[in-house]
Amino acid sequence: MPRRGPWFALLPLALLLLWHAAVTRQWVAPGIIPAPAQVAASWSTWIVGPPGKSLSPYSGTWLANVLHSSRRVCEGFLIAAGVGIPLGLMIGWNRLASTLVDPSIQLLRPVPITAWLPFSIAVFGIYDAGALFLIGLGAFYPIVVNTTHGVRDTNLLLLRAARMLGAGETTILRKVVFPSALPSIFTGLRLGVGVAWTAVIVAEMIAVKSGLGYVLWDAYYVGRMDICVATMFSVGLLGFVSDRIILGAGHLFLRWRVLEAHG
Amino acid sequence: MAERPRAAPRLAAELRDVWKEFVKGGRRVEAVRAIDFAVAPNEFAAILGPSGCGKSTLLNMVAGFDRPTRGQVWANGAPVEGPDPSRAVVFQEPALFPWYTVLDNITFGPKTRRVPPEVYRPRVDALLAQVGLEGFASHYPAELSGGMKQRVGIARVLVMEPEVLLMDEPFGSLDAQTRLVMQELLLDVWERRHQTVLFVTHDVEEALLLADSVSVMTARPGRIKKRITVELPRPRALDLTTSPLFNELKREVLALIREERLRAAAE
Repeated sequence: MPRRGPWFALLPLALLLLWHAAVTRQWVAPGIIPAPAQVAASWSTWIVGPPGKSLSPYSGTWLANVLHSSRRVCEGFLIAAGVGIPLGLMIGWNRLASTLVDPSIQLLRPVPITAWLPFSIAVFGIYDAGALFLIGLGAFYPIVVNTTHGVRDTNLLLLRAARMLGAGETTILRKVVFPSALPSIFTGLRLGVGVAWTAVIVAEMIAVKSGLGYVLWDAYYVGRMDICVATMFSVGLLGFVSDRIILGAGHLFLRWRVLEAHG
Repeated sequence: MAERPRAAPRLAAELRDVWKEFVKGGRRVEAVRAIDFAVAPNEFAAILGPSGCGKSTLLNMVAGFDRPTRGQVWANGAPVEGPDPSRAVVFQEPALFPWYTVLDNITFGPKTRRVPPEVYRPRVDALLAQVGLEGFASHYPAELSGGMKQRVGIARVLVMEPEVLLMDEPFGSLDAQTRLVMQELLLDVWERRHQTVLFVTHDVEEALLLADSVSVMTARPGRIKKRITVELPRPRALDLTTSPLFNELKREVLALIREERLRAAAE
């Protein structure tokens, strides 16, 4: 990759400038969109301000809400991976499992995660379980689909090689099919964690009373657009960080693949 | 006293009246027809034929990857039911596991069969030296050249000490120089073990240099046109390819191939 230098900062700075100009020069109706500086100030109070005693009810509550949302994403994502990866391996490897399970997944998958909200609240009420259900379900689809795809993509020659070396089905699944599907699985995990952040915001906006999604909706209701925008940045940042974590784990496990790419 | 009836020597591989048809794009394609063919123990048998003549199909049936439409395939005194380490395969593509190091690729077979490390370790070390891969044990396949990958492919099956080594154009995707080196390596391996080999190739010189017998196949549907015994002295080396006897055999084989091409064109 060529050295990028500081050029990556050009577009973000330009957008920030545009935003600033749009507010200060009143290109948008005044009072609706806060200026960048105002968002920054509110965000910083939200993060490091003294909790409870300040004028702002948000003061110092950022970390707690970030932790609430992150915990839900982690839990839902782990459930999704814990179910999605083994199930994807089975669907991709076993014709019977594929016939039994795959059609249902393909039929349910187009139902948007937001459409499950009323169902989730009706069944789980406004507790964590409802949020976990939505996050888990949302992250499950890309994980299971990509795992299945990775398994089915296993090179026939490698399967033959393993068989002639004496490997049975279990060994083949463990030592050939799984490693071969691992790049695809990581793609599924990356997509899955993205959906998980979408789902946690939706779930927290409506189904539970804590976390960034709750703050977002609450701030909107009380007219604190500065907090709304700060929340958007927070969620974006967290999504970016979790994507990097999975990417890093992928590089750790897929050293052989990195070598191939640079070979 | 009457002579005791001697048991017929057990053949390493045998095809009895084997036919194979594929369905390809809704059409039936006859790959091989009425093949009778045998490989004796310790024989290096080559099958020579043009691309698409069904020679790989034949090898795949001995390997147990494919089943014949008609006829029987036997190996080491038993009918072939499926792939087995006693019939190890070296493919045209190295087919190494890219997520394993050279060492883990070579020990895949022994580990899978639960051979204790103290048994296979010395064998692995000897093989690494024999195929010239000392110092590469912890490399990944992506870090190796095509020739080195193919050496790993050979080492990982030799470590299993198979009864028959099946080689499907193993040097077909290598450059000419590397191919020569690999042929010498294989001759060297054969001298040490007198390993039974069934070797499929479309390279006339390669077949004659390596094998005890060369069976020339016809165009599709493949049949064995003629089996030629290669009575060239062993141990052999590359300079053999310039000897008069070698060239005589080469002329004979090329004449067979030309005859077959004319026949196929006339049809």
